[in-house]
Amino acid sequence: MTEPKKVLATFQVNGEPHEVAFLPHKTLLEVLREEMNLTGTKHGCELGECGACTVQIDGKPILSCLMLAVDAVGKDVRTVEGLANGAELSQLQHAFADLGAAQCGYCTPGILMTADALLAENASPTRDEIKQCLAGNLCRCTGSLTIFEAVELAAARCRGEKAEPSKESIYGS
Amino acid sequence: MLRLPTFTYHRPKTAAEAVAIASEHGKQAMYVAGGTDLYPNMKRRHQTPTQVISLQDVPGLHAVEVLPDGRTAIGAMVTLTELEKHPHLLQHYPGFAHAVREISTPLLRNMGTIGGNLLLDTRCSYYDQGHEWRESIDFCMKKDGAICWVAPGSPRCWAVQSSDTVPVVCAMEADVELVGNAGTRTQKAGDLYRDDGIQYLTKKPEELLTRLVLPAPGTWKASYLKLRRRDTFDFPILGVGVCLWFEGGIITKANIRLGGAGSYAIPASDSEKLLVGQKLTDELIAAAGAAAMKPARTMDNTDQDVYWRKKVAPVFVARALEACK
Ligand SMILES: Cc1cc2nc3c(=O)[nH]c(=O)nc-3n(C[C@H](O)[C@H](O)[C@H](O)COP(=O)(O)OP(=O)(O)OC[C@H]3O[C@@H](n4cnc5c(N)ncnc54)[C@H](O)[C@@H]3O)c2cc1C
Ligand code: SF4
Ligand code: FES
Ligand code: FES
Repeated sequence: MTEPKKVLATFQVNGEPHEVAFLPHKTLLEVLREEMNLTGTKHGCELGECGACTVQIDGKPILSCLMLAVDAVGKDVRTVEGLANGAELSQLQHAFADLGAAQCGYCTPGILMTADALLAENASPTRDEIKQCLAGNLCRCTGSLTIFEAVELAAARCRGEKAEPSKESIYGS
Repeated sequence: MLRLPTFTYHRPKTAAEAVAIASEHGKQAMYVAGGTDLYPNMKRRHQTPTQVISLQDVPGLHAVEVLPDGRTAIGAMVTLTELEKHPHLLQHYPGFAHAVREISTPLLRNMGTIGGNLLLDTRCSYYDQGHEWRESIDFCMKKDGAICWVAPGSPRCWAVQSSDTVPVVCAMEADVELVGNAGTRTQKAGDLYRDDGIQYLTKKPEELLTRLVLPAPGTWKASYLKLRRRDTFDFPILGVGVCLWFEGGIITKANIRLGGAGSYAIPASDSEKLLVGQKLTDELIAAAGAAAMKPARTMDNTDQDVYWRKKVAPVFVARALEACK
């Protein structure tokens, strides 16, 4: 077999063009982290079994460890680095910080991207809808409860409600 | 990082072009749809095609269409997420839609397709492991090795049929359309599979699955029930697909297929025989369930205890029948 050659392509990531050269068998996860230095997207199992590598493609959350980078060319790629507006965190990020919904934080970028896509589609998700939506993102630390609460808090704030985290969520009951 | 081996990537623009590339490269070539089965397998070096042929640009594979005769044709590249939310499928094919929703996780269903699900590789605890793990046991018959660790005296591989839609699609007697070098052919979905963990498909490697065609809604009901450890991620370790045809409350035909219990979706023939000509009463459901113990040929190569999995087969068959009431 002839040695594979690098391809040169421009990706649209978080609204900005990134021109990179990469081998065509590289996953989007590899190219994001290793060619674009966008290391916010994490690598966990690299087999589809954890959700740490979740990014959005045209608004839909997918696993970047199982997508070839070449297939993302021409699409709108969004990673955790694209959530904040400059120095201003998104409501979802705020709510995760307020509630301590990240402990080691390794699962957090993937969970934020999945939850962000949910909130774009559904302004008032029920607890069950949030659980279903996050069923592909594992968290080893939090037990997931504060994550569900943080998504609810962010949803309420996005709807313009003056929501604050409950005392029990922060200090325990 | 667990990385893919190198390969040449093709994105043909027509089915004919795809088949031509696959034919040219023979065993070296594999199709890819969503990649959620193929890429993990390539990372673990189970499957090592040097030519990967993506179907994303092939026209005609991306739509769900109600045919003039009432049947529903689903393009092979339609994602599982689209199917689980599709109003026509939810209304007229709830058993099938439920099976789709039971697959993997929402993120994987955003990527995975129905075509890939129907052609999913068989699974086994001695095979679905990293390369080093498999090397440490000197591999197995399915890939790179000589013997079967599940049944060391056996001349064959017993890897398990693990797709959630296959049992219910076979029970419904759906059709599949395939395009090959000799043109297009249609066959019963059930005839796609073979009782062998390695050669688990009957189709030729270069044949492209283009559509799954579900029968027109009528006086039949189908259901699917899945057993797994966690409510998400996990493959079925038992998946019961049932389809019953009724006439005036009497069952005229019954198909029961057991997935996750052998290398293909096994018919529970004794249970089917008990049902035909009868009304679906609670007593009959219990009897038909009990008769499903024998065909559930569970082996010690999936999650959970092998004897327990066999013992719960009657319970799951009874519950799947109950759902057809
Ligand atoms: C963590 C994890 C959990 C999973 N859980 C489940 C589960 O619970 N239930 C389940 O059923 N599956 C499960 N899967 C497997 C997989 O995600 C699904 O079966 C999915 O539907 C496969 O579709 P795909 O498009 O990604 O297939 P691909 O990986 O693209 O292809 C699968 C196979 O089919 C062939 N192929 C694909 N399309 C065609 C076509 N049109 N014509 C000819 N050949 C074709 C490919 O060559 C390959 O051999 C899981 C996967 C992972 C990683
Ligand atoms: S059933 Fe045997 S040959 Fe087949 S994958 Fe498992 S150990 Fe290997
Ligand atoms: S790293 Fe992609 S799912 Fe685990
Ligand atoms: S915060 Fe550690 S894995 Fe989720």
